[in-house]
Amino acid sequence: MGSGLRLNMNALDYLILALYFVTVLGVGFAARRAIKTSVDFFLSGRSLPAWVTGLAFVSANLGALEIIGMAANGAQYGIMTVHYYWIGAVPAMVFLGIVMMPFYYGSKVRSVPEYLRLRFNRPTHLLNAISFAVAQVLIAGVNLYALALIMQALLGWPLWVAIVIGAVIVLAYITVGGLSGAIYNEVLQFFVIIAGLVPITVIGLVKVGGVSGLMDAVRESKLGEAGLHAWQGTGSTDNPLGAHWLGIVFGLGFVLSFGYWTTNFAEVQRALSARNMSAARRTPIIGAYPKLLIPVVTVIPGLIALITVKGLGADQGDLVYNNAIPLLMRDLLPNGVLGIAVTGLVASFMAGMAANVSGFNTVFTYDIWQAYFRRDRPDGYYVKVGRIATVVAVVVGIGTAFIAAGFSNIMNYIQALFSVFNAPLFGTFIIGMFWRRMSALAGFWSLLSGTVVAIATYLLYKLGVISFNSDLEESFWGAGLAFVTVAVVAAIITPLTRPKTDDELTGLVYGMSDTTLKDDSLAGDAAWYRSPVLLGLVAVVLAALFYIPVF
Amino acid sequence: MADNEDRYQGGEAHDPLVDETEDAREENSAAARLFDIRRVIGGLFVAYGLIVGLMGLFDSSAEIDKAQGLRINLWAGAVMLVFGLLMLLWQKVSPTEAPKTRSDES
Repeated sequence: MGSGLRLNMNALDYLILALYFVTVLGVGFAARRAIKTSVDFFLSGRSLPAWVTGLAFVSANLGALEIIGMAANGAQYGIMTVHYYWIGAVPAMVFLGIVMMPFYYGSKVRSVPEYLRLRFNRPTHLLNAISFAVAQVLIAGVNLYALALIMQALLGWPLWVAIVIGAVIVLAYITVGGLSGAIYNEVLQFFVIIAGLVPITVIGLVKVGGVSGLMDAVRESKLGEAGLHAWQGTGSTDNPLGAHWLGIVFGLGFVLSFGYWTTNFAEVQRALSARNMSAARRTPIIGAYPKLLIPVVTVIPGLIALITVKGLGADQGDLVYNNAIPLLMRDLLPNGVLGIAVTGLVASFMAGMAANVSGFNTVFTYDIWQAYFRRDRPDGYYVKVGRIATVVAVVVGIGTAFIAAGFSNIMNYIQALFSVFNAPLFGTFIIGMFWRRMSALAGFWSLLSGTVVAIATYLLYKLGVISFNSDLEESFWGAGLAFVTVAVVAAIITPLTRPKTDDELTGLVYGMSDTTLKDDSLAGDAAWYRSPVLLGLVAVVLAALFYIPVF
Repeated sequence: MADNEDRYQGGEAHDPLVDETEDAREENSAAARLFDIRRVIGGLFVAYGLIVGLMGLFDSSAEIDKAQGLRINLWAGAVMLVFGLLMLLWQKVSPTEAPKTRSDES
């Protein structure tokens, strides 16, 4: 990115940004007094109401890469990008809330890897804990680098200034305020992100002559009619996304999205901090509602940029698809809303990085340090370990960001590679939850072999040994193959090995506990509008209805 | 919750590490002292609404032209101000109290 993207920020725009930094730090310090035990630090003392955890749940996923990337996809692939939201997120979020949360929250596990330790064995646990911890730190670094690139292009800040400012603020509010600091800020960030994106969408739509003007213009663009349809043309791979409907439904809609949303601890952690079972189950479902609507402020601006920015879609330079949102900010926003939009981008970066860091410190402390190095210390000791782990994670993240600055393509690959870990993990979880007989050893070998298959598919594709139509198609197939491997290995090894006893499985598998716990419910939780099943079904039905106008 | 028979009634997993931290939480948790985030969101958005809205009052025609003829600062400022005030109002109308669970009462 060169200087062509530079925004004309004035003092009041900077005041808006500064006010945000001060508020975020203030939230972190104010959250400090609510921390006495390790569960207060790592899981907000399991005390938060559902609307807070629900918005944090969606915000944790709303990183800068997500927003910039989805707008870029909107410009490149058109309306098909909504698949990432309506089939690639909402059903999995609802499934997590309705089906899986009773096991996570009811068993009182403190992390997703911990579930594997109780359900299977320590090797399975350690494998997942370490791969998760490493992935979170590396992804935090990649996010940090992405933010720094944007700040450099938009505001002219040197890379290292942007990296250090971003990292230090996140470090401060998580070290001091723990998960409460992270979650409270995520809720705040959610609203700031939306406030920053809405004016871009509104002005952009006025410019192209409203929704009908936009549709006409997209027909004239290089996407053509295909850019306006989500499902038409998916009978073959001859569509902008290069994906068959089978790949969309089973690859994206099932294996990839269920893997990400239901087993990624950076997400699930938000639900574990809810104050009771009902709130925990509603967390991802409440998050599903904003998720349904976020394409309006990402995909639509992407299409607007395709039309209004001449030459968008260059291979390099200022006009790459990834600059869709920054270019619109430059062209359309006057000072004032411009400050809000820049603040929104910074906020989205922080939300993403905070999710990675708070997921990391919890898994490191509970699942690695406490489980394998220092057991039986007083509870307060682990709060200290968590704070040190946070500092280490951020420092390593900064290091990764600087490495990424030298090898940005390699970092993209690494990130894609980690997305590959989720599919086998989901396979292991879902089979383990619903097949009581699945043995501990089967769990370990399923997870390991599934992961190896996923990585191998990815590497063979990258090395050109096997070919797919697009990266996306590769990820569909890689995830699908990994899932099948997990199932086959589980089916072969389980009969040959000793099952776990019923006693060990209480609360962890289907049929071994009362999944509708009553004892922690609050007055009012029985109201129909707080029913997770009803809320979840409505979200899925809405997702299906939203497809109708863009079929 | 000291009695093990009682502990596992709700489907909680059997694990010493989980029990340890859960016991510490049940005895000492300070999470109830957490402030209400609605106040912070409300405050920040009222401030943003005022800043951006006031800027909107004095927008030059060049700025309005850039925004395709929309007085976007005025509108965005007003919407943010109203949103911030609604958050504050919500907090006023239903303040958080440490809720009692049904099991606490028994």
